[in-house]
Amino acid sequence: MAEPILRIRQLKQHFKLGGGLFQKKNFVYAVDGVSFDLYPGETLGLVGESGCGKSTLGKTLLRLHEPTAGTIEFEGQDITHLGEKAMRRLRQDIQIIFQDPMESLNARHTIGMILEEPMMVHGIGTPAERRERAKALLERVGLPRDAVDRYPHEFSGGQRQRIGIARAISLKPKVIVCDESVSALDVSVQSQVLNLLLDLQQEMNLALIFIAHDLSVVRHVSDRVAVMYLGRVVELTDAHTIYSSPKHPYTQSLIDAIPIPDPRQRDRERIRLTGDVPSPINPPKGCHFAARCPRAMDRCVTEQPQLITLSEGHEAACFLNE
Amino acid sequence: MTDTILSVRNLCTEFTVESGTVRVLDGVSFDVPKGKTLGIVGESGCGKSVTAASIMRLLPQPHGKIVSGEILYDGKNLATLSKEDMYKVRGDKISMIFQEPMTALNPVHTVGRQICEVYELHRPDYDKDKRKQKAIRMLEKVGIPEPAKRFDEYPHQLSGGMRQRVMIAIALACEPDILIADEPTTALDVTIQAQILDLMKKLQDDNGMSIIFITHDLGVVAEMCDEVVVMYAGRAAEQADVFKLFENPSHPYTHGLLSSIPKLDSQPRTQLPTIPGSVPSLLNMPSGCRFQNRCDFATDQCQQTPEQTLIASDHKVFCWQWQTLNQKRAEA
Ligand SMILES: Nc1ncnc2c1ncn2[C@@H]1O[C@H](COP(=O)(O)OP(=O)(O)OP(=O)(O)O)[C@@H](O)[C@H]1O
Ligand SMILES: Nc1ncnc2c1ncn2[C@@H]1O[C@H](COP(=O)(O)OP(=O)(O)OP(=O)(O)O)[C@@H](O)[C@H]1O
Ligand SMILES: [Mg+2]
Ligand SMILES: [Mg+2]
Repeated sequence: MAEPILRIRQLKQHFKLGGGLFQKKNFVYAVDGVSFDLYPGETLGLVGESGCGKSTLGKTLLRLHEPTAGTIEFEGQDITHLGEKAMRRLRQDIQIIFQDPMESLNARHTIGMILEEPMMVHGIGTPAERRERAKALLERVGLPRDAVDRYPHEFSGGQRQRIGIARAISLKPKVIVCDESVSALDVSVQSQVLNLLLDLQQEMNLALIFIAHDLSVVRHVSDRVAVMYLGRVVELTDAHTIYSSPKHPYTQSLIDAIPIPDPRQRDRERIRLTGDVPSPINPPKGCHFAARCPRAMDRCVTEQPQLITLSEGHEAACFLNE
Repeated sequence: MTDTILSVRNLCTEFTVESGTVRVLDGVSFDVPKGKTLGIVGESGCGKSVTAASIMRLLPQPHGKIVSGEILYDGKNLATLSKEDMYKVRGDKISMIFQEPMTALNPVHTVGRQICEVYELHRPDYDKDKRKQKAIRMLEKVGIPEPAKRFDEYPHQLSGGMRQRVMIAIALACEPDILIADEPTTALDVTIQAQILDLMKKLQDDNGMSIIFITHDLGVVAEMCDEVVVMYAGRAAEQADVFKLFENPSHPYTHGLLSSIPKLDSQPRTQLPTIPGSVPSLLNMPSGCRFQNRCDFATDQCQQTPEQTLIASDHKVFCWQWQTLNQKRAEA
């Protein structure tokens, strides 16, 4: 098997919340000990409900946050504490695409300027070469070449997402983190963008971390899927198995909660979770899911289940599997 | 035949914008079955919320206007009802809940007070104690734990799911005939969405109200609705009993939508069927069928506006080519 391109070990990201001098400090355990490997050319899907730490994990592994603990290795090199200068070079190789990539960009810049900027920052090509490359990128993502002279607001959500993708691939990265990149799109356009991502991935042997809250979408583009709950990965396996034989009660209830577009299945048996998605501020000891788990036992409240390998490539963190 | 509680006939709604007038709804018709759920589904901008706002007469003023058509309810035409009479219908006979309860709830008033206000307006014979007692009963009905304590809390003290429950309590306070729910679960997590959908079904079973359920999610439609209107660019494309719609989608748009959703049990990492292109701008609509520029089946005939065709009982389609589509599918 190939060497992983990215290796994450026990990564933690705890945010300190304000609180007075003599008050007990509160922490948000946004990412609380996550480990996985990412291989060249594969997609690892990251799914979970809002606040479970998906975006924080994505940003932390790009070092947009300084990790609280744990290690990040890229191509065998420990980059956890790499200086800003060395990190900047690495950012060519690891890109991130957000839900609406244009939101963070200057509305007064033309698409051409937006696409050429990363090349300029990294000193690639002459102005004429950069312009030509911008046009080629637009063409590759299915937009007209003359879009270089237009402005972000002139494009629809789906088109803007294509521009975001064009920008992310402009430096020929090895890894792209897609954070809810299709979540805001209508389904007919979402499928276009998903197809484009799959195509580009093959063409460029890209490794993708695909973050979304919709398990059906995540499964569709992923080789493997990691399910997160309150800062931790509770289950990780291939995209087939996560649906056909989930081994964590949370994964099962997530699957059961997804509406199926077939009315004949509306009366199917399913587990319904009661209670709210809990807060990651000072989460409980033990299993984070215990309070909502239909099968919780006494020890789940006091003891934290570790992610253990159940079969080749299938890990879950639940005492029921012991 | 089920009874109809509300009937929308040829509804046309326009907005005045900088560059002129845009027709956002162009001849929309449907019947809301009594005691059942009608789904309105379609992609962003197709006119779902404007349909709801037209029925509720809550179009932004002065630039939004119903220009023709009828909204028939209880022997009245809501489209032309006086402001005062509409005031009596809204919140009492027909209520509405929205996607983002935080914007619809008043942040400076307790949730209890916001329910009591509905009674002050529509049940003037209730005294203060009765209002409070009724309000707590409503909070209990929508599954809020410790309702008497929650009565005195403010919206920001509640989770997103609890806020949506409060919205439902306000909307159902007067036991309306019709609840219009505009993407009521879109902002919620799936496990919370499942709870809210269950709650809505249960409340409907209890009090027999009709629901107009607006969503862009065909999964939610399949779970919740009895009948469905599929909208595209301000018009109805197809309208059917929910089982018929999913079994035999007969408008190329419905067919395209259904096949482009990744299914939970689909083969991972395969190309998805897509609908090419995107929805044309309202300022730049083709004449005739509005879907023609994205349609695999379009012919010259599609430059004429499609007429409604009844292809089975409880199944209408607005497409000239529906037979070609069905034939193709039968062959495949
Ligand atoms: N900079 C920060 N400071 C403090 N808390 C933060 C910060 N960034 C995120 N958080 C908190 O960390 C938790 C995880 O947030 P994150 O955005 O990673 O979740 P997510 O899984 O991406 O959720 P969503 O699906 O809503 O995007 C949340 O409780 C969030 O409020
Ligand atoms: N106040 C307004 N002024 C001008 N145009 C408007 C106004 N409100 C809505 N529109 C237009 O009317 C059309 C229909 O909008 P509507 O909000 O009903 O869409 P929708 O189907 O509810 O979409 P979504 O799924 O995004 O909520 C859109 O093209 C929109 O731009
Ligand atoms: Mg996020
Ligand atoms: Mg809307």
